[in-house]
Amino acid sequence: MANRLVIKSSPHLKSPMNTQMIMRDVIIALIPAFICSVVIFGLRALLLVSICVASCVVFEYLSRLVMKRDNSISDLSAVVTGILLAFNLPVTFPIWMAVIGSFFAIVVVKQLFGGLGQNFVNPAIAGRVFLLISFATPMTDWLLPQKGEEGVALVAGATPLVHIARGEMEALPSLTDMLLGIRGGCLGETAALALLVGAAYLLWRGVIRPVIPATFLGTVFVLSLLMGQNPLYQLLSGGVILGACFMATDYVTSPSTFKGKLIFAFGCGLITMMIRVYGSYPEGVSFAILFMNILVPHINSLTRTKPFGVLEPKKEG
Amino acid sequence: MAFLKKNGLSGVHVPHRKENTEELPAVRMPVPAKVYISMQQHIGAPCKPLVKKGDSVKVGQLIGTSDAFVSAPVHSSVSGTVTDMIEIINVNSARAVCVVIETDGLQTVDESVRPPQVHDAARFIAAIRDSGLVGLGGAGFPTFIKLNPKNIDQVDTLVVNGAECEPYITSDYRTMMDHTDDILEGIELLRKYLTLPHVYIGIEKNKPKAIELMRERTEKIGGIEIVPLDAKYPKGAEKVIAYETTGRMVPEGKLPNDVGLIVSNVTSVAFIAQYLRTGMPLIEKTLTVDGSAVTHPQNVTALIGTTCSDIIDFCGGYRTEPRLLLYGGPMMGSAILSDSYPIIKNNNALLAFAEAGEAQMQETPCIRCGKCIEACPYNLMPAQFEAAYKARDLETLNKLKVSLCMECGCCSYICPARRPLVQTNRLAKALLRAQAKK
Repeated sequence: MANRLVIKSSPHLKSPMNTQMIMRDVIIALIPAFICSVVIFGLRALLLVSICVASCVVFEYLSRLVMKRDNSISDLSAVVTGILLAFNLPVTFPIWMAVIGSFFAIVVVKQLFGGLGQNFVNPAIAGRVFLLISFATPMTDWLLPQKGEEGVALVAGATPLVHIARGEMEALPSLTDMLLGIRGGCLGETAALALLVGAAYLLWRGVIRPVIPATFLGTVFVLSLLMGQNPLYQLLSGGVILGACFMATDYVTSPSTFKGKLIFAFGCGLITMMIRVYGSYPEGVSFAILFMNILVPHINSLTRTKPFGVLEPKKEG
Repeated sequence: MAFLKKNGLSGVHVPHRKENTEELPAVRMPVPAKVYISMQQHIGAPCKPLVKKGDSVKVGQLIGTSDAFVSAPVHSSVSGTVTDMIEIINVNSARAVCVVIETDGLQTVDESVRPPQVHDAARFIAAIRDSGLVGLGGAGFPTFIKLNPKNIDQVDTLVVNGAECEPYITSDYRTMMDHTDDILEGIELLRKYLTLPHVYIGIEKNKPKAIELMRERTEKIGGIEIVPLDAKYPKGAEKVIAYETTGRMVPEGKLPNDVGLIVSNVTSVAFIAQYLRTGMPLIEKTLTVDGSAVTHPQNVTALIGTTCSDIIDFCGGYRTEPRLLLYGGPMMGSAILSDSYPIIKNNNALLAFAEAGEAQMQETPCIRCGKCIEACPYNLMPAQFEAAYKARDLETLNKLKVSLCMECGCCSYICPARRPLVQTNRLAKALLRAQAKK
């Protein structure tokens, strides 16, 4: 019998979880919010998501081709970026601008820095901030779902955060509507409940740990109280939940240790609230995450783990 | 920040896959036609053969010894004639002389085999040395050295390792179930000669019957505590089980002895009792034979030097063509390139798989998920080792303490990008050693 034995390094068992499965889980977790966005904002939400996903995947494919690198679209990370970028756009956003945003996210932020794992900021967040600065008016052109006799209709208006900034508390939607996502905002950020269901799925699958979402949301809650804001409205408006559960938890651009994640998420919450309350923008989640992304290498080097046996054991209690 | 403290050391939840063999008490294999006894059966210096071609040998006869301190003598496992002395390449890639003995099937016992006369600690340790015992949990470190630390006055605790955290392997489990008396007797001997007031027996919770049995049997004996361990690999690693049972952390570069502990595998402890009773040195080993390519998975007690192919034949041969043959468990065991290898003292499993599996698996870029850091029982940062190793950044490798890595494989197991992290750690450690020699 010919010897076809394979020699390789241990371990000879591997966890079934791989990068592609993690990305697939993130996509699955975003589906409830995606369905809500189509129900709330109409078929144009579907169109925008499809355009962003398609252009992200195509840009990923083309840039790898041009750079003569292995094709990487099968890791599904470009799909995740596409969905998240679309979720951060108003439903009225022009298609061609969305394509430019996808180009910026995938080519400039991700592939020029070496592709998956090498980008130092979250591509979708950077794409959104790029669009917000480049196309300020279309990026803040909100359509509000209004409950009428013939179901939900869309009318022009302001987001809850704009109302809060202007002090128009009576114009705010009810908390139930805020939970369900029937309010002005980017197409994927409003359906708070659906996003939380998705986050619960990711927690259950072990894809994310609770530390970043819990610290981020907790910080926003506590700071709202301290700054005299209504904490529930602060949590449910803007992109806090989407940001805390799906963008700040991005592996590549968040710290690797528990302590690092804690610092990172606290910083995200703090900057979000500072911008909301004192800044000239009504919303600060993207800026907060972007800024903390840049600090990650420093957080990482400050929060290295203490190897077993290197320090004298501390007695419990 | 006490609330942030992790409960116990980290690790990974590996599939246990012990169901094929856990209910099967070990079956003694008949004497094979030939045995191949390596002069390197342990960590440390190889032995020099005391026999030559043409000599006749008996069971238990000393056939290899060494003057080096870290070494254990080797005995013949059969009676018969030495037909050849060959050089083989051990699994650890070191070359070793191997005594080939054609068996006569009579298993005539050598005259030297008789119960040792033991009255005190020195005689006890000498007897353990003569028995050829090495750590049977897998590491193969000569046991008498562990039992003879310089600071014996400070050593007050015995940790008996019954964790058996590697998937598939059930040989220690069978020792606990079938040779409970030997384990208890071994513990008593160790306590008597080495003055060890405290004894902990660590057993993973996936062996509830063993935990229950050991609890029942030790209830009336004072000072023995059974510690059920979370079935989270690698609870059986020496420093890990020392910490989990006693809370004592073995400092970097130190041994369990330095924090007052003696850690010994259950089967080693049972052997100590057997040896003091019979005087028969370590000439056989019970190992778990399992895997998708094995016809009848079971626990087999085989003579040292029996070839893997003889053992596989005893288990009904291969069910299908094997593509992966492992000496030891799937997490830390070595892939071997032929079934003509003989088994040595610390073998606890022989696994044959029809699929080589992840050998062809493509590695993808690190996504910095931090799962390797979360999984490392020693809180090391494997992904950072990898980056530092690639940059040949020795300073960072030293600072991150790559030398602490025990190569348990948790990082490679968990990595979603399929990166060979533990292999990189080995290379990084070798790089540091090479650098230190310069």
